[in-house]
Amino acid sequence: MSLLKVEHLTKNFGGLSAVSNVSISVEEGELVGLIGPNGAGKTTLFNVLTGVYTPTEGKVLLTKDGKTVELNKMPPYKITHQGVARTFQNIRLFKELSVLDNVKIAMNNEARYGILGALFRSVNFYKSEAAIDVKARQFLAKVHLDELADVKAKNLPYGKQRQLEIARAMATGAKLLFLDEPAAGMNPQETHALTDFIAKIRNEMNLTIVLIEHDMSLVMSICERIFVLDYGKLIAQGSAQEVKNNPRVIEAYLGEEE
Amino acid sequence: MKNTFLNKKNLTWLILGVAFFFLIQLLIQVGVITPYYRVTMYWICLFAILGVSLNVIIGVTGQFSLGHAGFMSIGAYSAAVVLRSMPNLTGLFIGMAIGALISLFVSMVVAIPTLRLKGDYLAIATLGVGEIIRIVILNMKITNGASGISNIPYLISWPLMFFFVFVSIMFSANFKNSAIGRACISIKEDEIASEAMGINTTKYKVMAFMFGALIASLAGALYATTYYVIKPETFGINNSINILVIVVFGGMGSLTGSAVAAIVLGIINNVFQPLAEWRMIIYALALIVIMIFRPQGLLGTSEASLKTIFSLDTYKNALKGLIDLVTLKKFRVAAASTGKGKQR
Ligand SMILES: Nc1ncnc2c1ncn2[C@@H]1O[C@H](COP(=O)(O)OP(=O)(O)OP(=O)(O)O)[C@@H](O)[C@H]1O
Ligand SMILES: [Mg+2]
Repeated sequence: MSLLKVEHLTKNFGGLSAVSNVSISVEEGELVGLIGPNGAGKTTLFNVLTGVYTPTEGKVLLTKDGKTVELNKMPPYKITHQGVARTFQNIRLFKELSVLDNVKIAMNNEARYGILGALFRSVNFYKSEAAIDVKARQFLAKVHLDELADVKAKNLPYGKQRQLEIARAMATGAKLLFLDEPAAGMNPQETHALTDFIAKIRNEMNLTIVLIEHDMSLVMSICERIFVLDYGKLIAQGSAQEVKNNPRVIEAYLGEEE
Repeated sequence: MKNTFLNKKNLTWLILGVAFFFLIQLLIQVGVITPYYRVTMYWICLFAILGVSLNVIIGVTGQFSLGHAGFMSIGAYSAAVVLRSMPNLTGLFIGMAIGALISLFVSMVVAIPTLRLKGDYLAIATLGVGEIIRIVILNMKITNGASGISNIPYLISWPLMFFFVFVSIMFSANFKNSAIGRACISIKEDEIASEAMGINTTKYKVMAFMFGALIASLAGALYATTYYVIKPETFGINNSINILVIVVFGGMGSLTGSAVAAIVLGIINNVFQPLAEWRMIIYALALIVIMIFRPQGLLGTSEASLKTIFSLDTYKNALKGLIDLVTLKKFRVAAASTGKGKQR
């Protein structure tokens, strides 16, 4: 059974069909790429998959603990609770907060106290907060951000901000990650470091990753499978080689150059 | 961090609080704080409570509310009505409890539909709710309509006031410094990202709003017993804006900032009392000047911590800031730099 199954998904904005009748599936443990020219509907597809938009038509099915969950009827926060998280094309960190607090917010479900526990500072509050603190710091060490724990997110170098955003998505406990152009705006060195980082976390933490990327060297080097979108439609899928030589893909990209 | 209440930080705050309480008590007893100054002091206390609680909604959670005086009036009228037949502290506490329940209910009814929406719908909705509460009170028999309720028993005392200031600031700080507070701050920072991180944003916005409304209604009850008389127009939009001024002035998101702002504005109000109608102009000018020099508010988003309270640098910087303010340094710097620009 696939981890994620998208069936005939369509998202219309007025007359524009940003995503149109897309059916794909992603297996557990895969690292797949989603490419396509500007405006192809890649981000919109992510937004539908993560509940930011409700689809006009179609279904998003996730396999969780052997059961099928229908994501397309859930608000974003519930989808996150199902083990699906994302990053954004334009970085959306909690800028004024420290790296540590960014991660703690992603771990908010670990808090074992309610409003009264918080107001009166119950024993549970202290226990739970201490546990979250330890867990968040351990997690930061795992993703090599522990030395920056107390730095405000907005003061991180650009590459580290991208890295933190991925780390924060992982900290929600997600098993399936959607990364929207994680290397956008990076120089070749930063891109290289990020590529290694993604490959590494995937292997170490058994993640399934779908990433949108314009940097073909990154896509070709780490993605096992690639989906190609153009004008909202899925025009090709397969290995890097297959996709590269697909006439429809070449046309879509060359057509854009004109 | 130790795992119980009895850690160094909590104990130091507790000791500071108790010391402050006895200091003021002493000043009252030896007659330094005369009944005249006590009026200002109580004003400061009430507006510190109101400012801090509104700050939880606006500064911490990023939801703009203009209905704070409305919730204050619910507390004030509940207390006044109960005190009519039970003119003692028990009556006050019963009135407070009733006001708190009504406020929680009304705030929930307002919040759940409006806070689902992103953006500033809450500002408009709360503006409306504040007015509806006022008009309801204006037209009810039990609240005595436009003439309001007078001869409310004067039960306020420094220990009572101090208790509520301490408790509401403590609860607000505890609210902010918890997983709930973190969720609220993340909503203010970026609502879309917050939701993507698994935060049920509607739930936390409603929680912050109800919490603020609850504390405001307690302040309202204290207001009633401090000022003998309450009328519907006491709790109009003007009053909501007064509270908002304290939040902005102290720094959005800084709870201690709101407390400091209440003190500063209370003192400014008092010092210029003899100037009668000029007072409002000076008050407004002071606000404008400070907004030019410190648009982020007195404390910005940072909190006064034990470290800053016991650090000499804090006071040096504050003094330096004050001198810069009085000598209009910002204008001099601006003038100097435009001068240079012309020479080039
Ligand atoms: N909220 C919206 N309302 C109306 N149109 C939208 C909305 N979001 C996206 N679109 C349109 O949908 C189409 C697909 O946009 P999308 O952002 O998904 O493209 P993309 O593949 O991510 O492009 P890029 O590579 O530039 O990020 C575009 O034509 C865009 O203008
Ligand atoms: Mg995009």
